[in-house]
Amino acid sequence: MITIKNLHASVDGKEILKGINLEVKAGEVHAIMGPNGSGKSTLSSVLAGREDYEVTEGEVIFNGKDLLDMPAEDRAREGLFLAFQYPVEIPGVSNINFLKTAINEIRTYKGQEAMAAKDFLTLVKEKQKLVELDGKLANRSVNEGFSGGEKKRNEIFQMAMLEPSLAILDETDSGLDIDALKIVANGVNTLKSDKRAFIVITHYQRLLDYIVPDFVHILYNGKIVKSGGKELALELEAKGYDEIKKQFEKETI
Amino acid sequence: MVIEKSQSAQNIIEKISGSAAKVGFINDTTLTKAMMYLENKGIPNNKQEDYKYCNMDAVLKKDFKNIEQKFLSSSDIGPYKLADTITLVVLNGTYSEDLSDKIILKGLHITALSNLDADAKKLIASAAQVESDAFIALNTVFSSNGFHLKVERNVALQIPIHILYLSGAESEAMVNTRSLIELEEGAEATIVEEQVVFGKGRVFSNYLSEKFIGQNAKLNSSLFQNEGILGFSVNTNQVRVERSGHYDNTTITLSGQVVRNNHNVVLVGENSEAHLNGLFSSRGTQLVDNHTLMDHQAPHCESNELYKGIINDKSTGVFNGKIFVRKDAQKTNAYQSSKNILLSDDATINTKPQLEIYADDVKCSHGTSTGKIDESALFYLNARGIGKESARKLLLGSFALEVINKIEVDSLREKVTHLFENEI
Repeated sequence: MITIKNLHASVDGKEILKGINLEVKAGEVHAIMGPNGSGKSTLSSVLAGREDYEVTEGEVIFNGKDLLDMPAEDRAREGLFLAFQYPVEIPGVSNINFLKTAINEIRTYKGQEAMAAKDFLTLVKEKQKLVELDGKLANRSVNEGFSGGEKKRNEIFQMAMLEPSLAILDETDSGLDIDALKIVANGVNTLKSDKRAFIVITHYQRLLDYIVPDFVHILYNGKIVKSGGKELALELEAKGYDEIKKQFEKETI
Repeated sequence: MVIEKSQSAQNIIEKISGSAAKVGFINDTTLTKAMMYLENKGIPNNKQEDYKYCNMDAVLKKDFKNIEQKFLSSSDIGPYKLADTITLVVLNGTYSEDLSDKIILKGLHITALSNLDADAKKLIASAAQVESDAFIALNTVFSSNGFHLKVERNVALQIPIHILYLSGAESEAMVNTRSLIELEEGAEATIVEEQVVFGKGRVFSNYLSEKFIGQNAKLNSSLFQNEGILGFSVNTNQVRVERSGHYDNTTITLSGQVVRNNHNVVLVGENSEAHLNGLFSSRGTQLVDNHTLMDHQAPHCESNELYKGIINDKSTGVFNGKIFVRKDAQKTNAYQSSKNILLSDDATINTKPQLEIYADDVKCSHGTSTGKIDESALFYLNARGIGKESARKLLLGSFALEVINKIEVDSLREKVTHLFENEI
């Protein structure tokens, strides 16, 4: 699905990612954990195509194509989805209009016809149920005046609508209470399939109780310093990040 | 303060003696005052505070001839018509009964200014004081034979009136367009005013509209300006709103080389209200200057202003919103907001709220914001597969539609939306 090789990236001349290597196959769920400032959000931003970051070295192959060569919109059209840590409010653009534009631009890119209005609305209704999103929110402006939980559920709703092959969840658990967390996780679990992969970026182990990963990677100081199974997350939760910091501080400096 | 008399004023004054005689519907006292004002003050340049960003003296140095008309036949009007409206044509400042729709509506009277009876003539220049602004004075001196539109007491017009101001020249022309719109007590009307420049030459149009909203009367109006690069215009709206009267206006400026709007509303009666909305989109080296004056003279009145600008290339936008709350205007609610998007590093916006409040029990607020197109919103849209161009259109469209959607006449709203979406 996606192969990241020796990825280096910097922002304003400061190197944040210092050689990331990661391979994610279809059907897998990978968790990336790490302390604040380790480069978790930078990694998701670089993969999604945010232009503030400069890739200085390395390559990313996504479904056989050079991901870094594509603008953000083409990455999305190729099936990459980023659930934002801080979803953006867009006053004046309705959720529905936004999603319809997105779906149809993706379809045009793939050489498909625009979706019929009736089919689109049926799809909206079906996917809203998945994350228990109030139907009224669909007609409101994108994320405007949404609570923190509603914004995160809206991200998962969009993911369900766009049906990506790779979804990156960037700290989707931050700011969620336990009920909202369960709803979000349930939405994600419903979307799991052997054709779809997930990269779950999180600071805490809590989310991984609900979205169980196949692999856990620890990101520290711009590198993946340790990889393992789901038990690695539990170990990290028990010991905290301090031990990791102590262990790898010398190596990475 | 000594103001140097400008060259453009000299040119114009030289023409005055010949033209003044033609204006039969303005009384001699007013005419003399207007001439004196022009002689003394001249055409304002950027040294005058009110025209700081809009040097009209320089514009008028282009030597627009007084009138060099180009004519149209009724088949030329067709493309400009709006569905489900009654068209009223003003050609080069002169009301054309021939080109206008001949539909009789009960309680609606449309009359050429020269045909008004003595009582109605008294209204002329009663709201627009000739000594308050050079362009009111200029219009008064050179005024063409415009129209008076009256809606009788307690009559609610069911069909909107589309007032089409068509001005055209072979080389260049100056047109002074004048209108009187009068809603008697309890009357209701919806009007659309549209400024169009046709022909090959530059046109300087000096529009003056006096609007009288009677007690409990309600006027919903839109002004659509799309004159293109041949158009240089000043549009003065002088509005008086009586007790419990209601005035709504949405002004859309999509083009014009120089566009100056003086929108002056006086809330003279208690409980009256006025809502002004504006959207302008400028490009090239265009200048769009919106000056509003909301004069609260009576208690319990409400006013609202929302002006939005999208400024591209090397163009300049101006919003200057003055709110006066007079001593007697207690319990006033007055709000004003100016929001602007700069699309280029060379684009300029000058925005200035001016509040002068002499009453002590009022609610007034103003806000202004200027920025570039929101990069984080753009990225969010891109990250969902929406291309750069569509994303930009979606964001600018949502910004503009807040104002465009306030247009009540469907055919105009659809036309403006379509033109706007094609332009951005």
